[in-house]
Amino acid sequence: MTGPVIRAEGLRKSYGDFAAVDGIDFEVAPGESFGLLGPNGAGKSTTMRMIGGTLDRSGGTLEVLGMDPAEHGPEVRAHLGVIPQQDNLDEELRVRDNLVMYGRYFGLPRSYLLPKAEELLAFAQLEAKATAKVGDLSGGMKRRLTIARGLVNGPRILLLDEPTTGLDPQARHVLWDRLFRLKEAGTTLVVTTHFMDEAEQLCDRLIVVDRGRIMAEGSPQQLIREHSTREVVEVRFGSDRNAQVVAQLDGVGERNEVLPDRILIYTHDGEGALEEISRRGLHPVTSLVRRSSLEDVFLRLTGRSLID
Amino acid sequence: MTEPQTRAAEVDTNRLAYSGTAPSHAEMAARARRFGVWYYAETVLRGMRAYFWPILGYAVGQPLLYMVAMGVGLGALVSQGAGAVDGVDYLTFVAPALLVSTVVMSVSGEMTYPVMAGFKWQRLYYAPVATAVEPGQVALGHLTAVVIRFLVQSFVFWLVMLAFGAAPSGWSWLVIPVGVLSATAFGAPLQAYAATIEDEGFQFAFIQRFVVMPMFLFAGTFFPLSVMPGYLQWIGWISPVWHGTQLARLASYGADVSATMVAVHLAFLVALTVLGMALAVRVYTRRLRK
Repeated sequence: MTGPVIRAEGLRKSYGDFAAVDGIDFEVAPGESFGLLGPNGAGKSTTMRMIGGTLDRSGGTLEVLGMDPAEHGPEVRAHLGVIPQQDNLDEELRVRDNLVMYGRYFGLPRSYLLPKAEELLAFAQLEAKATAKVGDLSGGMKRRLTIARGLVNGPRILLLDEPTTGLDPQARHVLWDRLFRLKEAGTTLVVTTHFMDEAEQLCDRLIVVDRGRIMAEGSPQQLIREHSTREVVEVRFGSDRNAQVVAQLDGVGERNEVLPDRILIYTHDGEGALEEISRRGLHPVTSLVRRSSLEDVFLRLTGRSLID
Repeated sequence: MTEPQTRAAEVDTNRLAYSGTAPSHAEMAARARRFGVWYYAETVLRGMRAYFWPILGYAVGQPLLYMVAMGVGLGALVSQGAGAVDGVDYLTFVAPALLVSTVVMSVSGEMTYPVMAGFKWQRLYYAPVATAVEPGQVALGHLTAVVIRFLVQSFVFWLVMLAFGAAPSGWSWLVIPVGVLSATAFGAPLQAYAATIEDEGFQFAFIQRFVVMPMFLFAGTFFPLSVMPGYLQWIGWISPVWHGTQLARLASYGADVSATMVAVHLAFLVALTVLGMALAVRVYTRRLRK
């Protein structure tokens, strides 16, 4: 298939007067890694559930592999691997049995599932845990098992809702590595996240979502280029002085952003900006020059941080 | 990670993505549409396997206890006083009723707290409904697994009845389907009700005390319903236990039940079952697609 694997037009979901998803349009190409970046409550999970046909939409059109998921739920979901935000593994079953029983929901025969389960255990680096109880696994292991489970039907599209929320940094990197391999093997990934580093790691292209609407769309680099400067200088003068000092920083960079604990100065030349600050006789407690990230894009677009 | 391991993992990934031995995705969806109920029942049965010995012990121990207490203990007393009840000795009279009562009591456990585990405590229902299986199939699959459990439990009870010589009719094996039908007549509507509960399920204790126990005590289990005062007989009439018990007595020792009443009992049990299933499908679909 050369057309998009997912196509949404004017997609809406409302609960009473509240619009959780308020008319969004996007397309996902086959093999692409597509992200929905936004804070909690932006409508990301709602969108994911509509794609899987596990939540009816209130308006707009939606096609997944040319089918309407609200009409052809089982047919659409046979192509999907769904990794929910909250692990829902069967704690009464052992690790391997979780994979096998899940595969049965797709009508897969045991003769296929038993070797497949071994393959998936290897992929999730859980071979040693095959007969362990799910309750005894660490958070990262459970997450990898949930992802392995989502692969049992050989999905063309993997829907990952906040794949690494709640994991420690090392577990996150292991997981990203696994997901990257899937992408290399041609699986389309759709990822929701409120972590900018995750979006930068995993996504070829993303939409920034806030309050059910799309604020911007593009590759991480493109978004940073369009909505931010190359570098950012972070200076701290102490939380009570930041607001006073900011007036004296006018013109140092292209623009300033005052956060409760620090001031961000957006500029193309971070070192130059730091020199200018000290030439004006200002001496921040700490200072740091870094590259712009998606966090800055989000701040610019919404005036708020991704993580409150 | 060392270099060779990395390569091995890459090969695996390619197999993962292009595994050619699986049925097509369209075939997966078609199978799930046809057999989804059974696929979910398999999961529930698999979970029960962990409790195989307790379940079997309960299935054997409970009828044994009842038969000894009611037959040997209470039965001896009743036989001394009244002689025969309904034309048979007390144990024969009470045994089919105990079978029906115990499965109905067991179903009140199976279709309450495990339903809460599915929706809330362990969210077990949310995994299958993200696959090719639909919420209504999850509802019916859960019920199917419970029916299979009660087939086994009723069968064991029937064997115990045979061992005590308390099932004289050649048709006595029919107490098994009667027991299961009584269980679904109460269990399916209860499952639908349990699925509507959003909080911690405190209501279930109330159901145990004020619905299940009266059904057990006032539904003609230990004495014919006709000896109760008229103003209490309605409890029997609305209780699946009484309808099931009458059918089980007919099967077990050929109790005097008219053809019309057989039809009434069957219709009542089937109607409750079907109504409960329809409601459960509806409630599950609403809640899991919310």
